Amino acid sequence: MRAPRPWLLVLPVLVVVGPLFLAAVVFAVLQSFTYFPLIGLDTISAEAYRSLFTDTEFWRGLLLSLWIGGAAAGLSVAVGVCAALALRGAWGGSRVVAFLSQINLPLPHLVGALAMIHLLSQSGFLARLSHAANLIDSSAGFPALVNDPWALGIIAEFVWKDAPFIMVIALGVLGSVGRDYEAVAGSLGASRGQQLRHVTIPLLVPAVAPAAVIVFAFAFGSFEVPLLLGQSFPHALPLLAFRLHTNVDLAARPEGMAVAVVMTLLVIGLAALYLSLVRRHLRREAR
Amino acid sequence: MTVPAPGRAVLSNRLIASTIAVLLLLPLLPVVLAAFSRSYVFPQVIPAEWSLRAWRIVLGGGTGPALWWSIAVAGAVAAIALVVAVPAGRALGMHSFPGKGAVELMVLAPLLVPVVAVAVGLDITFLKLGLSGTFAGVVLVHLIPAAPYAVLVMAGVFANYNASFEDQARALGAGRWSVLRLVTLPAVRPGLIVAGFFAFIVSWSQYVLTLQIGGGKVVTLPVLLLATASGGDAAVTGALTIVYALPVLSLFAAASGHLLRAGFRGGAM
Repeated sequence: MRAPRPWLLVLPVLVVVGPLFLAAVVFAVLQSFTYFPLIGLDTISAEAYRSLFTDTEFWRGLLLSLWIGGAAAGLSVAVGVCAALALRGAWGGSRVVAFLSQINLPLPHLVGALAMIHLLSQSGFLARLSHAANLIDSSAGFPALVNDPWALGIIAEFVWKDAPFIMVIALGVLGSVGRDYEAVAGSLGASRGQQLRHVTIPLLVPAVAPAAVIVFAFAFGSFEVPLLLGQSFPHALPLLAFRLHTNVDLAARPEGMAVAVVMTLLVIGLAALYLSLVRRHLRREAR
Repeated sequence: MTVPAPGRAVLSNRLIASTIAVLLLLPLLPVVLAAFSRSYVFPQVIPAEWSLRAWRIVLGGGTGPALWWSIAVAGAVAAIALVVAVPAGRALGMHSFPGKGAVELMVLAPLLVPVVAVAVGLDITFLKLGLSGTFAGVVLVHLIPAAPYAVLVMAGVFANYNASFEDQARALGAGRWSVLRLVTLPAVRPGLIVAGFFAFIVSWSQYVLTLQIGGGKVVTLPVLLLATASGGDAAVTGALTIVYALPVLSLFAAASGHLLRAGFRGGAM
């Protein structure tokens, strides 16, 4: 046997990650159906889902989490792609800029969230600059951007952290494709806007769409960012799941598990749906 | 002969580039100002009085142990992730085989599933296995989100890998380990650095998994930092935030050459 079989090669990662991940999923599903012999629950029922689906906090938390994920992904893509288009010429020349624009990629979201508190809160840095510029008289005059109902602070943190990620991916595509296709479209009479819409954007979609899914999934499932920057009611779903799960009332645990299961199904379902829509759209464009 | 002045296009590119850099760095500035202030209240833009008080507290307290927990956990996660990602990346990048789709799904699913779902789903299992509150338990649970990134990077590296050098080495009499040590690993070294870096920072960033599985015994920097932040001392929180951010920034600076070339293909973290 000269070259080892592929299955043998993937075995280590499956052994390390597979059982734990599957165990997490299986136990979450079982416990969400109130099957948890360790604390005396041994009848399978949909009770947890029933009480969850009649709870307004769950629905408001769900809407909040979808809003956070969608807005974070949408704005990160918009900002990241625009920045990439603006920068594409300058990129090769400046390593310093390349370095600086990636500097927050390795920073944990916890650092970003704490920075947003200092920056955006009503007594934060921007409020102080506004005061210095005589735009506001007191901190109360500054809009609430942290712990606010629209989750603006949370979304700002994700855009700050993930727009550079999208930008780097878009720049990678733009750099490897070059300007030839756009030049051909231009010589055939396409305007700048038409080149962008029918040439540049379709070239970017195959790389940017999966990246957008990752941003959505991450913002949707993030724990510490809404913990620091969100309101206490309604809680984003990850916080709700954790709160119910760690409730002193053990009967609430299945509900926490049910939230975790709903989140997982939603994020996988939405990712699959979105990517299949993108693929279908690309096929139609190609015709 | 005169040096040509930079054209308008170059200037505007530089302007755009500097604007982006400022937008990325400005949010970090108030944290640094707070960390070195005695008191820093509204409406001061610059602290009225500077002080190292927060640093004396942070460098004297539980920061040292938390820093070592974080380094040990993330280092172990990166090492194990690399060991499993090199063969897996090779299989996924270079071969097609029955069941490959299922393996890819199994490797990628943890990237989409919220870590809080993993944390709540596993805590009883870990308790029963005696892994709760242990170093090994935290390392294992961090591998769930970290290893997939390393596999993704290595699969990308091996997709562009030319295995014919290995055949030549074997023809010259090299054994399996010599081929691995002298041919394969040196050829994919930049990929190894990027993959290891990714796994390290994914582990470094985990809060809720560590909180739930570490059970108050494995207190890494993010766990300490959130506990400190709820204490409400902005200067101390700021100083600890810097302590938490500096190691990954330094690693990033050290690895940046490879990362820039790799174009950060890996993920959003």
